[in-house]
Amino acid sequence: MEIQAEDYQIHYDAASGTVRCQGSLRLAGTEEYAPVAQLLNEAAGQQPETMKLDLRQLQFLNSSGINMLSKFIVRIRQQGKPQITVLGSKGIPWQGKSLKNLQRLMPSLVLELEEEG
Amino acid sequence: MNQIFGDYREDLPQGNEYLILRFSPTSVPLKERWRNNGLSANFMADYMATFFPGESVVTVKSAVSFIANELIENAMKYSDQSSDFPVTIALYLYRDRLVFLTNNSIAKQQVQTFQSFLRELTESDPAELWLRHLEQNAEEEDSNQSGLGFLSMINDYQAELGWKFEDADPNGVAVSTMVQLRSESL
Repeated sequence: MEIQAEDYQIHYDAASGTVRCQGSLRLAGTEEYAPVAQLLNEAAGQQPETMKLDLRQLQFLNSSGINMLSKFIVRIRQQGKPQITVLGSKGIPWQGKSLKNLQRLMPSLVLELEEEG
Repeated sequence: MNQIFGDYREDLPQGNEYLILRFSPTSVPLKERWRNNGLSANFMADYMATFFPGESVVTVKSAVSFIANELIENAMKYSDQSSDFPVTIALYLYRDRLVFLTNNSIAKQQVQTFQSFLRELTESDPAELWLRHLEQNAEEEDSNQSGLGFLSMINDYQAELGWKFEDADPNGVAVSTMVQLRSESL
């Protein structure tokens, strides 16, 4: 599964159970984010144990995107699986500020922020 | 009508450095010019970065880009489409802070809803409100507006927010949104 747009790319690698988001996501609200949310939910449906969300190259995410991601996390928490690991980068300042909030929604979420470089 | 919510400074000192963008009202649907929001926010961020020393550039750009983008998105979304009132966003640079100020029209029937949200926002604990809104949103399939942008500015960027509502000619209402971002929070 994959979404290719001018400003962003989202790719699901089934073998590693990883959804990778790259570029800048600044879509206009829930409706426009629906395909992204669908990809995430389908990927989670195929991963009974663990799933990785690799955001290390996601330069920008607007609040509608944060909303979409948070909804996904709440849904996973309600289902009780899979275990989610979010990979971020310390070199992208918004990630250090905002990604920790996902853990407040689901304390079992693992957040790994890599050093720059 | 002249109503203030939150931390709104009417006596904003004239700064040395500022940048103001003004968007004409347009008949092109918002969806078709949505990309302009990102372009404008990134431009403001790049422009302001010039005034900050080397190591802080990345952080400043990221914060300005996020906040400016949210403010422009909101102003564009909530502007009264039937009005010829322009949207403006200004960014002022002070020694200890950055101040964003947007001004746009708002449809009269939306004023009440917006103001009751602002009351809730200014009277609640922002971290708790953030959690409550996201939990509620998760329950609703097509929850579009959550005020999450404002809550992210407050919780993640420690920004201070304020709003001023004024009558605009002849039946309209104009809203100004002020976001103060302290340099130490960057």
